[in-house]
Amino acid sequence: MTETSEPLSAPLEVGFDYTRSLGSVLGRFATALRQRRITGVRGSDGRVHVPAVEYDPLTFEPLDELVDVGSDGTVLSWSWTPQPLEGQPLRHAFGWALIRLDGADTALLHAVDAGTPDRMRTGMRVRARWAAEPVGGIRDIACFDPVEDAAQQAPAPADSDEPVTKLTTPIHLHYRHSASPEESRYLRGLAEGRLLGQRCPACGKVYIPPRGACPTDGVPTEEEVELPDTGIVTTFCIVNVPFLGQRIQPPYVAAYVLLDGADIAFLHLVLGCAAEDVRMGMRVRAEWKPRAEWDTTLQNIDHFTPSGEPDAPYKSYAHHL
Amino acid sequence: MTESDVAVVGFAQAPNVRATHGTTNGVEMLVPVFDELLDGTGLSKKDIGFWCSGSSDYLAGRAFSFIAAIDAIGAFPPINESHVEMDAAWALFEAWVKIRTGEVDTALVYGFGKSSAGDLRRTLAMQLDPYFVAPLWPDSVAVAGLQARLGLDSGLFSEQQMAQVAARSRADAQRNPNAQVSGEVQVSDLLERPYVADPLRAHDCAPITDGASAVLLASADRARELRARPAWITGLEHRVESAQLGGRDLTASPSTSDAASAADATGVEVAELHAPFSHQEILLRTAIGLGESTRINPSGGALCGNPMFAAGLSRIGEAASRVWSGEAGKVLAHATSGPALQQNLVCVMEG
Repeated sequence: MTETSEPLSAPLEVGFDYTRSLGSVLGRFATALRQRRITGVRGSDGRVHVPAVEYDPLTFEPLDELVDVGSDGTVLSWSWTPQPLEGQPLRHAFGWALIRLDGADTALLHAVDAGTPDRMRTGMRVRARWAAEPVGGIRDIACFDPVEDAAQQAPAPADSDEPVTKLTTPIHLHYRHSASPEESRYLRGLAEGRLLGQRCPACGKVYIPPRGACPTDGVPTEEEVELPDTGIVTTFCIVNVPFLGQRIQPPYVAAYVLLDGADIAFLHLVLGCAAEDVRMGMRVRAEWKPRAEWDTTLQNIDHFTPSGEPDAPYKSYAHHL
Repeated sequence: MTESDVAVVGFAQAPNVRATHGTTNGVEMLVPVFDELLDGTGLSKKDIGFWCSGSSDYLAGRAFSFIAAIDAIGAFPPINESHVEMDAAWALFEAWVKIRTGEVDTALVYGFGKSSAGDLRRTLAMQLDPYFVAPLWPDSVAVAGLQARLGLDSGLFSEQQMAQVAARSRADAQRNPNAQVSGEVQVSDLLERPYVADPLRAHDCAPITDGASAVLLASADRARELRARPAWITGLEHRVESAQLGGRDLTASPSTSDAASAADATGVEVAELHAPFSHQEILLRTAIGLGESTRINPSGGALCGNPMFAAGLSRIGEAASRVWSGEAGKVLAHATSGPALQQNLVCVMEG
């Protein structure tokens, strides 16, 4: 089979709010930030680490002596960002810098709002600019300003004494997800109401969706096989638990459906009968959505429903479990 | 050679390209790479004792992305398989240990990555300290720029020397059919180009690359059957530095120095260094103690193609190929992982 059209691709947005417990040392560092103070931790050799670290990087001893350092510091190194990326501290061009705060021995990585790269230099003095509403994280420092530009700082909000114990960081990444040529043929087939599998040239097994490589032989599947929309339930579970994003009222049945002529089952819904009546070997057929709603997705089949035919004997599908 | 010796006996890679049409699970890239690697060895996929891969879910944008790649192996009936969420050079370390235990006598190591699927500079922020650094989203080029500035300010190298590294790499890459970037360029021309992240210009940064590579390891007896002049691994070491960027001396690479010393890098004739930024090659040369007589990156190196999670493994394959050909007697391959040379691996091989 020759692939004549480009594989399908679509934007894929991945996001999650990572929530982390901070523990004693990092928690006190974060609590101080919410109070518009910067602290460091004293290492075994007396050096002060900023940001605070829980263990000495040289001796690996646990550390817990927090000390205040200044909110002014010296730029040890810098690089210039002409076009900031999403999520970075400033929306306009700025300098990244390693900043050794007064009283610290290690450097903090942060942004310097210098306007133009010719205002940046190694050794320049900078001062923390605090965010309007501190929450207990590194972004409570909005950025650093060249000292000569620094404005008067507001005192910390009065309700900032509660210890910070957790940190939430939203992470959002953007991708262009591509289907394989084999998957693309299958997805385009769905838009026409066809169920297209492909046969492995080595072992003859029929996969739906077809695969970029047969998991037994490691070669791409090739020969196209159109499959009927009837099959059997090989195994199933009754979903009783509600969860975020659920589309159907529990209880309902999620089942592996093995189409007639296929060698691999896929996951779908079995509706149209009481959940407790679903069984292994039950014959089912597809209930398609109205044609106007079809897209390149298996959701074109709303669910599978019992066909009323006699059950398949166990040995006919035992090797597909 | 003793029973516990292990040699590199095969290497293949996909072309290094800016973007592929394929999936992030790498299957399309890996199937031909495995075919090329095994072709002529008399081995089939079923004969491989252990498989180990390096790749990243953050690069793929999906959980357990390496599982889908296993289709390219033919993983049924079940195989002996493992994975590292690092450059596949570290997967090779695991495979080397596996052979030395005596449990298997061959291992196939592979790495793959489709960097073009996402925004690589942002994705790499995910490897920074997740508490007080990653929430600022510092990008990989900016972090490398901070390291380069420290070296420039302290007089360890100049922008001209950085450009010389880029020009030499591109010239050498003309003889590497898999290279993404190659050509004759004048250092003076490079220095007239604009900064992308002052002090870095485009030529100082590795290109964004999709790619995959695979290396075949064998025990002493099998190695002699598979290749006339195997590349025997005489030293393989890796070290890691603190996750606190501001607490490290970014102008040195003590983890590389320690690994190179433990692996006995003295007297190597060829070194393939995994330096995604031009100044990092200079830092690595000093850290390992390589002199003028050592040929650096005859393949063109990562500046001419940097498939994430495969580029370090490719350095091992490229260096080994100089032993197979008889071109060199003792070679070194280096791989890095993490920001600003945080983690470093050194593999020394001899004919």
